[in-house]
Amino acid sequence: MIALLTRDLRLAIRAGGGFGLGLAFFLILAVLVPLGVGPEPAVLAAIAPGVLWVGALLACLLSLDRIFALDWEDGSLDLLATAPIPLEGVVSIKALAHWITTGLPLVLAAPLLGVLLNLPGEAFGWLVLSLLLGTPALSVIGTFGAALTVGLKRGGLLLSLLVLPLYIPTLVFGAEVVTRGAAGLPVQTALLLLAGITAGSVAILPFASAAVIRINLR
Amino acid sequence: MEIRVDNLAVARGGVPLLEALSLHLTAGQALILRGPNGSGKTTLLRTLAGLQPPLAGSVDLPPDAIAYAAHADGLKATLSVRENLAFWAAIYGGGDVEGAMARMNLRDLADRAALNLSAGQKRRLGLARLLVTGRPVWMLDEPTVSLDAASVALFADVVRAHLAAGGLALIATHIDLGLPEAQMLDLTPFKARAPAPGQGDGFDEAFL
Amino acid sequence: MSSFWEYANPRRFMRTTDWLLPVVAAAALVVTATGLIWGFFFTPDDFRQGSTVKIIFLHVPSALMAINAWIMMLVASLIWVVRRHHVSALAAKAAAPVGMVMTMIALFTGAVWGQPMWGTWWAWDPRLTSFLILFLFYLGYIALWSAIEDPDTGADLTAVLCLVGTVFALLSRYAAFFWSQGLHQGASLSLAPGTRVDWAYKAPLYVSMTGFALIFVALVLAGTRTEIRARRMQALVARERMT
Repeated sequence: MIALLTRDLRLAIRAGGGFGLGLAFFLILAVLVPLGVGPEPAVLAAIAPGVLWVGALLACLLSLDRIFALDWEDGSLDLLATAPIPLEGVVSIKALAHWITTGLPLVLAAPLLGVLLNLPGEAFGWLVLSLLLGTPALSVIGTFGAALTVGLKRGGLLLSLLVLPLYIPTLVFGAEVVTRGAAGLPVQTALLLLAGITAGSVAILPFASAAVIRINLR
Repeated sequence: MEIRVDNLAVARGGVPLLEALSLHLTAGQALILRGPNGSGKTTLLRTLAGLQPPLAGSVDLPPDAIAYAAHADGLKATLSVRENLAFWAAIYGGGDVEGAMARMNLRDLADRAALNLSAGQKRRLGLARLLVTGRPVWMLDEPTVSLDAASVALFADVVRAHLAAGGLALIATHIDLGLPEAQMLDLTPFKARAPAPGQGDGFDEAFL
Repeated sequence: MSSFWEYANPRRFMRTTDWLLPVVAAAALVVTATGLIWGFFFTPDDFRQGSTVKIIFLHVPSALMAINAWIMMLVASLIWVVRRHHVSALAAKAAAPVGMVMTMIALFTGAVWGQPMWGTWWAWDPRLTSFLILFLFYLGYIALWSAIEDPDTGADLTAVLCLVGTVFALLSRYAAFFWSQGLHQGASLSLAPGTRVDWAYKAPLYVSMTGFALIFVALVLAGTRTEIRARRMQALVARERMT
């Protein structure tokens, strides 16, 4: 299991694109939005929580199809499925590797982009906390989507279509935490719901992902 | 250690390929699968390896016994030969990486990235993976593709040593491996026949 | 006729629907027409909403079927997963486009109704939002079916998606309610006595709802028959290749 994680991380570093791509996309989005809506600080402050969460979500989406596609092409997935580690473990590790290479950098970069978008000072802590709690769910749900589309031609576009609706609850509660935090309102309910979705996804979805991979391999 | 396959039927993409196939292998035996392209060699091996369910019949195998090697070698281009092998050794609980490299004549290439290997060298690396798994049953799909004559002989020696150590091997191939002691099985007689309309209990027959 | 599951046999299903489909289709036509004509022309205008209110006879039945179609897909998917009956998987496949169109009708009639009532075609009201989200789920489900070539693989994968999707659709609905307090009135119909909607509306509304349910059944039966025929063609081609 650890070997799989270190291999995936090593591949992400050597092949490039793993760490950088999602992050660069996130940055570009945070630059494009003010260019689109205008520099009005009040407007930016109002939309910043939503924009940052949507940006993080799309940046996550960008690298999802790489989770299984490469292993599928070179035959590793067949070999992993016949290996002594359970496939549920494989998909969980893959999701973890995706989170480390994509989700975690987004969490760390989000405060900087919050400055660009004039996010109110009180909200920075909530932004980081909500992303930290929410991005693991994005990775796990995305892994499920990647597992569904693993053998398909033109799976990339379909993947977005399947995964984005599944991201809705995470997005709503995550952005809600930041919005309420920015307005000085209590955030506890939204935060707990966000954590609940993440915990539930991490606990249950790997079983669905593994089942789907088995179906796709046969 | 034995494999017992009883009255097996396999299908690919909903189309039955083989039926009424039975075989029995014990420790130290090898079986060479022969048959023209599309006769179901790959599908049979995938079914035996547990990657797809059989259409009918039973496969009796000890748990966690199989090392499967497909057409693709499962190599990561940016990892070195040693890193690739070390990964699979770790997954299978720690095999002898250095020994496997020595056996498949990969010592000199140990630190070369897999993307800089020739097709034959990649294949040797893929076969070295079998050695680090420590699994007794090898299921090999066209293992000698792109190997030169010397490497084929090397591979045959490795298989022979594996059998001598009490292992088993099922090998689908078109060429002569130089393993005279291995049994041959031609899959042509087991080709599935189309069921008469209204007969058969396969899924698709229900639609006819 | 010993067991319900006998209809899971495609041939049996085809034989039964040979006569059942025309009956259901005719009933759907008659009942829906009755409900709509009664509703549109023989009910009084609402004293505040005027005749605008009469769009309820399209809006509520289609919204009801939009949700019921997904529930039917979920049940059919579960039957496929547990009992591996092909007709069940194909029925789920056939229900999806019908459910999607019902969702579109509900959204469209809602917009047309909302314009005079709330002064806007669209509001991010939780009910409207959750229907839009339901539409996205239908879209994904249909797209996945159409992307997979092997029918059994498609049935398996879409069944898993339907299960997971149901959970996330419910979560999304809850999220939408959490996120915005809306304009939409509460459920217009309720079984408790002394409620908001008068019997003069209720009776034709129930007729319309029955009509829409019959339309749904007829369309799903027709769709399933088409899928079975397509599957039969595939099986024949496969057999041709074997001999």
